[in-house]
Amino acid sequence: MFDFSKNYFELFGMPVGFVLDAAELSARYRELQKVVHPDRYAASDGHSQRLSLQGATLVNEAYRTLKDPLTRAQYLLTLKGAGFGDRKRTLDDPAFLMQQMELREALADVRGSGDPQSELDALMQQISGMIKSQIAQLAVQFEDSSPEQLDAAAQTVQKMQFLNKLHAEAEAVEADLAEAY
Amino acid sequence: MALLQIAEPGQTDAPHQHRLAAGIDLGTTNSLVATVRSGKAGTLPDEQGRHILPSVVRYSSAGVEVGEAARLAAADDPLNTISSAKRMIGRGLDELASLGGRLPYEFSSAQGAVPRIRTAGGDVTPIEVSAEILKVLARRATATLGGELAGVVITVPAYFDDAQRQATKDAARLAGLHVYRLLNEPTAAAVAYGLDRGADGVHAIYDLGGGTFDVSILRLNKGVFEVMATGGDSALGGDDFDAAIAAWLLDQAGVAEETDRGVLRHALDQARAAKEVLSEQAEADVELRLSAGESWCGTLSRAQFAQLVDPLIRRTINTCRRVVRDAGVDLDEIEDVVMVGGSTRTLRVREKVGEFFAREPLVDIDPDRVVAIGAAIQADVLAGNKPDEEMLLLDVNPLSLGVETMGGLTEKIIPRNTTLPVARAQEFTTFRDGQSAMAIHVVQGERELVADCRSLARFELRDIPPMVAGAARIRVTFSVDADGLLHVEAREQTSGVSASVEVKPSYGLTDDEVAAMLQASIDHAQEDMDQRRLVEEQVEARRVIEALQAALSSDADELLSAQERETVEQGLGELARLADESKDARQLEAAIVKLEKDCEFYVERRMNSGIRKAMAGHRVDEFSQEDGQEAD
Repeated sequence: MFDFSKNYFELFGMPVGFVLDAAELSARYRELQKVVHPDRYAASDGHSQRLSLQGATLVNEAYRTLKDPLTRAQYLLTLKGAGFGDRKRTLDDPAFLMQQMELREALADVRGSGDPQSELDALMQQISGMIKSQIAQLAVQFEDSSPEQLDAAAQTVQKMQFLNKLHAEAEAVEADLAEAY
Repeated sequence: MALLQIAEPGQTDAPHQHRLAAGIDLGTTNSLVATVRSGKAGTLPDEQGRHILPSVVRYSSAGVEVGEAARLAAADDPLNTISSAKRMIGRGLDELASLGGRLPYEFSSAQGAVPRIRTAGGDVTPIEVSAEILKVLARRATATLGGELAGVVITVPAYFDDAQRQATKDAARLAGLHVYRLLNEPTAAAVAYGLDRGADGVHAIYDLGGGTFDVSILRLNKGVFEVMATGGDSALGGDDFDAAIAAWLLDQAGVAEETDRGVLRHALDQARAAKEVLSEQAEADVELRLSAGESWCGTLSRAQFAQLVDPLIRRTINTCRRVVRDAGVDLDEIEDVVMVGGSTRTLRVREKVGEFFAREPLVDIDPDRVVAIGAAIQADVLAGNKPDEEMLLLDVNPLSLGVETMGGLTEKIIPRNTTLPVARAQEFTTFRDGQSAMAIHVVQGERELVADCRSLARFELRDIPPMVAGAARIRVTFSVDADGLLHVEAREQTSGVSASVEVKPSYGLTDDEVAAMLQASIDHAQEDMDQRRLVEEQVEARRVIEALQAALSSDADELLSAQERETVEQGLGELARLADESKDARQLEAAIVKLEKDCEFYVERRMNSGIRKAMAGHRVDEFSQEDGQEAD
């Protein structure tokens, strides 16, 4: 297959970095799949089909990883080495953790409130806003790329994981509310 | 046999042989076959000019009847006339019990997990019933096109699980068809619509058939159809509307629920007729013939009808809501809502769907034919008949795939709506000291508890070297191919012990069973089987030769040295000679494998060159964009 040693950014011919042009990434993804996808080899020999399956699988995985800011940041940390990406760390930010607990309580209280939907909307907007500000921080931290900043980025990644999970739970509550109608 | 042609070296225009290909919509109620001829896709009629083939098969001692004749006999011969086989395919007998009240058949349960229906023509599985329908459609296509089909695309509901997909592929195998791809029905409909309109943007496909419901949200961008999310219910459709109406009719007529099968079937027929009338008129008159020569007359109003079917429609709307959320789009980003499937003729369905999406749904392609037409277009592309075609379909897996962990919990490995093909791995460890084996239970579904998910397969990883609990590292890899079929592999990382399965679902047929059925259906002696294998290998050899020839004439000059080229051409000539002369399937098979192996380097170079070209085009764009930004 094509060079498996290439990193995901190189695969798409894009500069290694946290800030990337999402539209450009999607366009390159589509161009790549037009070349490697198994549908292009449906009437071809077995070896081409296997190769194409591997290639298309890799391209899908690379695209999924780079498209989402959280997985992109995690992937960048692994590329930078020093185990930023996979070491289990404790999040050292009491204020953030306290805020998480408060948000969680607010989410639990939504169902019992007088107007659950608008309570939930407000809460989800707040969480989305916090996620956006983490993304902005990551951009700065990766731009600098010093060991201290990468360490800080690893902390930011952990915060984003908290927030994403919370957002997913809020979505689940929203789904329940919608289905109850 | 005709001599095979080989292109002159360096010839730029490949003498491309047009491959005959067809798209098949294997529906719950009706089935169709379509092909692309002179650049135009259309469904094919039978000798009587009928395009729609009722998905009904009747078994008798005299033989097998498929289609309209079988459908007409259903009321008189309910036990031997199998309709809605699609509802049963890939399911176990216990699962059918939940559909049981509506399935007027007798099952012989003694023979394993695949349900067998008792008929006058012997016991049959839903897979064999589907194969009979496929055979009739394939014959129709070969008769129209005047040659054997090189391959087909068969559509399946997007929400079909792995077992149902496998079973559909097995049915095709029994029917002697080469399947290029299983294609999701809503995606097929999008192809038929999208190519028609060339409309880039986000679209929703609402597909309500006789027995299945699907909804897909997809983005069309320069010929690429990217499915963003899909969902549905593989046991919900127009049949359920009929059942609800029939139950109401019987109740009105004062007939007990446990009535005889003939009356039940008659009530269902009348219900369906009334439903169809209500698409045109405000109310429908119904006359019900009851058992003792009596009859009941009454009317079904639109209001009453709405009351009966609204709970069912609401289920589809709830699914739409979830799928829109999964796709991560806002309702107002969706440009069109395309209606597919016979049940979208029901006005109440259109009304409710229009209400939810806040726009008038599109109904301008015949909802019965649109899926087959999309399948035909894709079959034509997959056959390689349009080498310059830009169209590409990127579909997703409809249901999360995972394994069972301690405590009967599901650990998801591939979440739903992941773009295919995909491979994902996760590591697990042992629970006890010295544990030497691990049972891997593969499940499909969204729920936390394994008991609430669909069990796909079980296999064991053995000979794990003794270690303390938690020390072993067992990596379980799931891969799903472009047909949506799953392959699972487990490997202990420190020792390299491995086990893998082609997931053969609990409710599918084993390879041996399929082979036995094939043999029985051919009903021929061993030499005929050998002959059949030889023909299959000859077809395969020709496929490989053609692919290589086309490759050589397009880029050999660029990618191969003179010597490499000579080697490839020599191998090609050798295989062509063998394909013509050999009478030994095994010898031919070995020759194909050898040529493929010898040409691996070339295939890889071609793919790399394709990737380089695709990316090179982009660099140019990027530079011009940067220039533009500087100018700002």
